[in-house]
Amino acid sequence: MRFLFKTDYEDDIKLFPHSGYLVSYGILLALLLIAPFVLSSYLMSQLVFVCIYATVGVALLILTGFTGQASLGHAAFLAIGAYTAAYLQKYNVPFPVYFLAAGALTGLIGALVGFPALRLTGIYLVIATISFALIVEEILARWESVTHGNEGMRVKTLSLLGVTVPRDSPTFYFLCLSVLVLTIVGTLNLLRSPTGRAFVAIRDSETAARSMGVNVALYKVKSFAISAAITGFAGVLFAHKLSFISPEMFTLQLSIEFIIVILIGGTFSLHGAVLGAIFIVMIDPFLTYLKDDLPGMIAGIAATFGAGPATAGNIQSKVASFASLNGLKGAIYGIIIVLFVLFEPLGLYGRWLKIKLFFQLFPLYKRATFKRQKIYVKSERNR
Amino acid sequence: MLDFVQQLVSGVALGCVYGLIALGFVLVYKATEVVNFAQGDLMMLGGFFAFTFIGMMGLNYWIGFAGAVAAMALFGMVAERVVVRPILGYPQFSIIMATIGLGYFLRSIAGMIWGTDDLKIETPFSQGVLRIGSLVLAYDKLSVIAATMILCTLLYLFFNKTTLGTAMRASSENMLAAYYMGIPVKRVVSIVWAISAAVATCAGVLLAPITFIHSNVGLVLGLKAFPAAVLGGFGSIPGAVVGGVLIGVIESMAGFYLPEGWKDVAPYLVLLAVLLLKPEGLFGHHVRKKV
Repeated sequence: MRFLFKTDYEDDIKLFPHSGYLVSYGILLALLLIAPFVLSSYLMSQLVFVCIYATVGVALLILTGFTGQASLGHAAFLAIGAYTAAYLQKYNVPFPVYFLAAGALTGLIGALVGFPALRLTGIYLVIATISFALIVEEILARWESVTHGNEGMRVKTLSLLGVTVPRDSPTFYFLCLSVLVLTIVGTLNLLRSPTGRAFVAIRDSETAARSMGVNVALYKVKSFAISAAITGFAGVLFAHKLSFISPEMFTLQLSIEFIIVILIGGTFSLHGAVLGAIFIVMIDPFLTYLKDDLPGMIAGIAATFGAGPATAGNIQSKVASFASLNGLKGAIYGIIIVLFVLFEPLGLYGRWLKIKLFFQLFPLYKRATFKRQKIYVKSERNR
Repeated sequence: MLDFVQQLVSGVALGCVYGLIALGFVLVYKATEVVNFAQGDLMMLGGFFAFTFIGMMGLNYWIGFAGAVAAMALFGMVAERVVVRPILGYPQFSIIMATIGLGYFLRSIAGMIWGTDDLKIETPFSQGVLRIGSLVLAYDKLSVIAATMILCTLLYLFFNKTTLGTAMRASSENMLAAYYMGIPVKRVVSIVWAISAAVATCAGVLLAPITFIHSNVGLVLGLKAFPAAVLGGFGSIPGAVVGGVLIGVIESMAGFYLPEGWKDVAPYLVLLAVLLLKPEGLFGHHVRKKV
């Protein structure tokens, strides 16, 4: 086990506390850089979605994970970013300009949402953000002069500095990856700054933060604005990746998916956003696999255990019909959410930390290290 | 004028359904401070149960209705035991997510079992209208209004006059203190979930003749019930029904008098306005903590 001896504040806020971090993240980056030349085009496409979802996940972590303000309206911010890009593109605005404009506009709207949200906590905030998202969805469907309503908008191929970047090219992947990496590094630095400390203080106790001189209102609005702006950037990439956007893509379902990203990944660390994004995006290929390969495999296993060919065929068709049921994706989502909340509240990254600690402390690991306190007295209504 | 009254009545009828779903939220919230995002889906499931009993098994309407209510009350208890009880006492966010997950699951499972078509339950009120002068009121809408009034009164009396109701209010204020006072908090919570699922079932069955039962009906109506609950103040039983009726009327008026598109947005605009101007709602009372 490695002990870090910190002698001053600079040691405490280092991005890479020791050389091990540099090695492991360096290897990860190298793998990500050679990925487009190794993986199939389908997997590359999924990897681009992982980058976009992870960017939104980081944005949501800033707001929900670190400032403690739950939001079920991030699909609306994503939509605003995507539609700004699609609209400005019609007037031949270059990519860097509309990319920044989308982020700025979304950030502004995020701040506008943040002001009313100041008065709301807990469940009320969740309901208010849902309403905001539903209203935005309706506006997108009705404001036909700008958004083309339910017909949707076509997004032209990205052109960066005179070079066209098709949505399935490696360059587009590198663009998404660099946006993700910049977001993560920026957020890590933000969390080491006074602003980030204030966010965490507000999450842990609003009353305590206020009594320590933190301007709670200002920092909550800042958190909303930053989170929305990052989601807006992700929205531009999302629009380019899909090359067609319409209001029914940005439903409550998508907002819930983003919340699932951080819930599954873990809400206390930026690793969570990436792990959760990988999990959510990979559910689709997994279900396809379930539909195509699993029935044959199970029948094969049944046959090795002595089932006759008729029984095996029967089993195969039954599994196949189960795997191709319509609502299977929703059911799996539901089960995953419930299981994670019940048994793995710290998410995938929490599980990784537990495994790591188990080996570091080998015979002395205690499960109670990660046990959360249950509070029956505190009433969330009375604060 | 006639149009106005007609719209008013259909708005009130729709609003009563919102009110019944909101009543389910409020019951669970009052007793456990848990907001059940799957309430609409419990309603949907109740409707499907009733459809199974009445439409598929050919039982009498009232027997089928009672059977569905009983089955759903049991289901509510099971859902509480499996999903909610292990995480009581954790931050609200976890519980919200767990009930969202439960809602997803119920919606998909219902879609797998009963298909995705619109289903219709034959009720004694689905035919026939009441004529007062030139005003035409359908029995199905009147039945919803009447049933809501009865249920609301019963629940109000139950919460304020019976020992069990007092126990529920006590455990909502402070679970630990209630437990020390000898209130079986776990059983109380379980009963609350049963009642809330039963109320949801009533909403589902009464709704069946007005809008048909399909697997997504819970999501759509559940989201409309939030403005109702918030408008009424989240912890008030009469408030939930009044809020529901107001939202229903606003929605139906907006659909009639305003351009297309306002109908779906109006409830949420009202919700945001209420949250900004009077977050404690019409009937709620704001409690401040002494530091």
